[in-house]
Amino acid sequence: MQLDPTTLTWLIPVPPLLAFFLIVLFTRRSRWLSHTVAIGLMLVSWIMSWSVLAQILGREHFGEEGTIIAAAQEWLPLGAEPLKMGVLVDPLTAVMLFFVPLICLMIFIYSVGYSNFQKPADPHDKPGEPPHNGVEPLYSRFFAYLSLFAFGMLLLCVADNLLLMFIGWEIMGLCSFLLIGFWYARKYDDPKQITPRQAAVKAFITTRVADVVMLLGVAYLYSATGTLSFREIMYAEEGHKLIELAEMASPIAGLSAAGLIGLLLLTGTVGKSAQFPLHTWLPDAMEGPTPVSAMIHAAAMVSAGVYAMIRVYPILAATAEHGAEHGLTPPTLVLATIGAFTALFAATIAVAQNDVKKVLAYSTISQLGFMLAALGIGGYVAAAFHLMTHAFFKALLFLGSGSIIHGVEHGMHHSHEHIDPQDMRHMGGLRTKMPVTFWTFLIGGFALAGFPLVTAGFWSKDEILADAWAHAPIVFYTLAIAALLTAFYTMRQITMVFFGKPRTAAAEHAHESHWTMTLPLSILAVFAVGIGWVGIPEKFPGLGGLLPNFFHEFVGGALLEHPETLEFSVIPLATSLVVALGGLGLGWWVYRNAWAKADDRDPLEAPLGPVYRVLKNKYYVDELYDWAFVRPAFWLGEKLFSAFIDRGLIDGLIHGVARISLSLGLAIRDWVDIPVVNRTLSDGSGEVVKAVGREVRVIQTGRVQQYLVIALAMALVIGAVLAALNGVALVGQ
Amino acid sequence: MDSILQTNLLSLILFLPTAGAVLLLFFPRDQVGAIRWTAFLISLVPLGLSIYLWTQFDPAQPGYQFVESAPWFSVIGSNYSLGVDGISLPMVLLTTLLTPLAVLFSFSVSDKVKAYMILFLLLETGSLGVFLALDLLIFFVFYEVGLIPMYFLINIWGSANRQYASLKFILYTMTASLGLLLSTQIIGLTLGNFSIPNAAEFWPKLTGSFFGLTAEGLRVAAFWAFVVAFALKVPVWPLHTWLPDAHTEAPTAGSVILAGVLLKLGAYGFLRLVLPLYPVESAQFAPWLAFFALMAIVAGAYASFGQTDFKRLVAYSSINHMGFVVLGVAAAAATRATANAADGIIALNGAVLQMFTHGLSSAGMFLLVGVIYDRTHTRNLEEFGGLFPLAPVFGGILLFTSMGSLGLPGLAGFVSEFMVVRGAWPVFTVFTALAMLGLLMTGAYILKGIYKSIYGPLNQKWVGHHLEISTREVIAIAPLLVLMLVIGVWPAWLVGVINETITRFMAG
Repeated sequence: MQLDPTTLTWLIPVPPLLAFFLIVLFTRRSRWLSHTVAIGLMLVSWIMSWSVLAQILGREHFGEEGTIIAAAQEWLPLGAEPLKMGVLVDPLTAVMLFFVPLICLMIFIYSVGYSNFQKPADPHDKPGEPPHNGVEPLYSRFFAYLSLFAFGMLLLCVADNLLLMFIGWEIMGLCSFLLIGFWYARKYDDPKQITPRQAAVKAFITTRVADVVMLLGVAYLYSATGTLSFREIMYAEEGHKLIELAEMASPIAGLSAAGLIGLLLLTGTVGKSAQFPLHTWLPDAMEGPTPVSAMIHAAAMVSAGVYAMIRVYPILAATAEHGAEHGLTPPTLVLATIGAFTALFAATIAVAQNDVKKVLAYSTISQLGFMLAALGIGGYVAAAFHLMTHAFFKALLFLGSGSIIHGVEHGMHHSHEHIDPQDMRHMGGLRTKMPVTFWTFLIGGFALAGFPLVTAGFWSKDEILADAWAHAPIVFYTLAIAALLTAFYTMRQITMVFFGKPRTAAAEHAHESHWTMTLPLSILAVFAVGIGWVGIPEKFPGLGGLLPNFFHEFVGGALLEHPETLEFSVIPLATSLVVALGGLGLGWWVYRNAWAKADDRDPLEAPLGPVYRVLKNKYYVDELYDWAFVRPAFWLGEKLFSAFIDRGLIDGLIHGVARISLSLGLAIRDWVDIPVVNRTLSDGSGEVVKAVGREVRVIQTGRVQQYLVIALAMALVIGAVLAALNGVALVGQ
Repeated sequence: MDSILQTNLLSLILFLPTAGAVLLLFFPRDQVGAIRWTAFLISLVPLGLSIYLWTQFDPAQPGYQFVESAPWFSVIGSNYSLGVDGISLPMVLLTTLLTPLAVLFSFSVSDKVKAYMILFLLLETGSLGVFLALDLLIFFVFYEVGLIPMYFLINIWGSANRQYASLKFILYTMTASLGLLLSTQIIGLTLGNFSIPNAAEFWPKLTGSFFGLTAEGLRVAAFWAFVVAFALKVPVWPLHTWLPDAHTEAPTAGSVILAGVLLKLGAYGFLRLVLPLYPVESAQFAPWLAFFALMAIVAGAYASFGQTDFKRLVAYSSINHMGFVVLGVAAAAATRATANAADGIIALNGAVLQMFTHGLSSAGMFLLVGVIYDRTHTRNLEEFGGLFPLAPVFGGILLFTSMGSLGLPGLAGFVSEFMVVRGAWPVFTVFTALAMLGLLMTGAYILKGIYKSIYGPLNQKWVGHHLEISTREVIAIAPLLVLMLVIGVWPAWLVGVINETITRFMAG
């Protein structure tokens, strides 16, 4: 049976959701069944995604009206105009459908080995803490959460409107909370070290800061255009709505509605894609199990932020004169600035980190900065290209780092050492112990560094630099320095982990991971190299034109007007080569003999002095936020709003009124009732009342039930009268 | 031949719980099991009838449906008249749904079971009467009748500080009702009867002078009396301090009904009476209402975050969530019968939906806090910690319900909050933007609850305790979870009913 592509597209997000419910409700007791359900249904999603791709790739001028897949259903009746929900596959969605399900599937398979499926349960392991050497105690739950995560991402990819996209976006936010805090019971000896549950809350709240602002953007866009559908806003009638938005004034002087909407939406991405100043959650998100890091950093979450920006780019760049045509608008300017700054800022921090995953975390922040900067200066295709290549090599690197940690942990188990298995200073010489991990990590690292010609990262980063050179030299210089640092810290990491001699007994005893982990690494490595070849610029010396620049042609179709192809310039190419090779070379030169023992100091520590300390402490941004936001929030909640206003002011006032009323009542009793009324006026009548009271007291028993009986009897009488009257009324009719 | 189901459906729904209460009177006090099951089964009947009512209701038909009318207090022109429209119907469903769940959950109550169950059934009649009434006096009577069972529920079955809480609850509400009663009488006297549809038509147009006041002055005074009475019930900041005490001290099922149904009476008062009866005044003072809604959203969220008592935290969350209802009402008040009515329609749809979704999520949260309190006899968040492994099912349900309360997209609360934000944005842009601070803090207090209770290292104190949720409790909470998910994924079935009424209403 052949399903038509529209139906298939509707169905793409469903299998992982089904897996989530199946595992939670039925299969959670069986580890084998749970991971089979999760992987099996993820496989179904992947096959569906790629069969949609297979059917649309052949279409001529894919991206124009009529060639895309679009369908919508009424979802919410509101006044006369219902809100519709639907799916959309245009070239941009196609790119997402190409890599998201595949990488998710790899991560799922990897998780089997990572969670020690092949080992028996260790009685010392507790749920909510990382297993020592047995199978993960919450194995099934892990796959349930991962499935829900994949569902959120796929939903976001196929959404045809901003609201559905936001729904997927937030579901991922929940999943990142659940998964970062997966080891919710874990605690460290050092009270300053952030625990998984703290990291989970931090991630959720930091991204929520951005999300509530984004929600305003969604609301604003909806009220300004009357719809949230991407096609209707950005493509219908040659971008007519965009010109309207750009001409409409916003509540903020000097900013058009398009400008303000753009800035609000862009804030969402700053949070989700961990850009400065909302980047602090991402490095701490490393507290989650490593497959989660790969999920967050490559396949989903942060990629979603960039995807959202690419998706709404026509709104960001809308100007009154040109509609969606490329122009420097307030949102694109902010995007370029934040992106370029973050790219450099995060790269400097990565240089001074010793945790194998933290280095990668900062590199993610930095690379996302590259993408957003590219988008800000109009490099629509370049941003999408780098998003895709980065997803592959970053997933590879994270899964690789998980494999490394696993190897070291295995060694720890052997040597009975108590060291931090993620600290690169405790590694060294793993090249020979873990050959598959080494080679694949090397490929991923070189792709990240942009090693010329053979890696995917080179082609996408080169395109970003070329765009920057053509449109905004200052962005170009910033990104070039960031790229140099990227190559440098990547080589530092590779050297520290894999080269030299093992610096601990644990590293000495490390060994290669299970095949369920190395297989996904190998598959991803193939893509980390090969996927770049779909986007070789036509005018590239020597290689250009051998393969058609398929990617540019294809993704460009997602815009109303095809973006221009840049004239070839030698400067960005030369820069790409120099920073990639120079950074790698420099890294090797500085670090090849740096560590003999685990507690040696970093060779940069002495020359950089206080600067190194600032970098190592991540510019003290966390400390600043704690002082500026976190503490005030506690103060506002506990002291101001609860203790002072509610209990102090409002209740104080009420208690005051009560006290005055009481004293007034007592005063009346003492000065009026007792002396005047009782003693003089009404002693006689009082006696009568007393006598009656004595008689009636029998029904005043203080027992609620008897009061109720009386109340009910009265109610019944009234009810009977009513019924009678009602009957009369009916007869009367 | 009309069956009684056709002609007197609303009366049946309204008085069946009372009939059940009467029936329970004849049960011997020590037949606890029989009392519980009878109460539960009786409370299922109005639910079944409400579902039948839902299927028979035609959203496209203007005006009230299933109208019943009989003279009641003819001397002053008050009739026993009932009817439903797209605003009251969801509330009736919510009330008849939550009552059986609350009763089922209360099977663990073992003190004075008979009186307890009778009070619950009377409470249901009281609340339903408000939603069904088409006569101002009937409305007022039921509005007050609902207070008495709740007072006793808090006062007798409440926890340590119950005397203070129940007294505060009853005095606060009674005080505010005085103005409502006075204004109701003024309307009745000037118009000659108490019919709500009649008042909606003629009271706003009333001219002339009464009791030495102009009609305009009278309306403004009566408007404020109505607003204060209903704002207190919602409650709108700063009239809210009775709520954390009452919710916290009430028995679990009492909190469920209090948050799930009784707060809605206030919001319903705005929808049924304040907006239709005072269109001019509502539009004029809408910015103030929006301001107080904003304060409820922000201050409620911050105060919730500041609590260490889990139940108090959930109680404050109601102030935060109901703030969105009032914000939606304010946006509708400002735009009714203007060119921007479309925004008001979305906001008001959101407000009514939020009343329903908050009923689900707050009821769920109170049930869960009740479960854990029942086992540990503490509500102090600092005494929990790491309970997830001891109660995995409870933990999972808590996560789900918390996310529903937080307004996670995909669950019901998000749809309504989004609609309110979308509708209010063009009307009260700055207030809506500031309300996002409250939405942010919603995340903070919800996560605080999770973080301190089920997450973290296991507090060794609870090792060996049986903390897991029982099957009966799961059954009591399951319908709420299912509805949260269903409305979050497919809200059209519910909003479709609300929308028709609102759209007609907002046209002016």
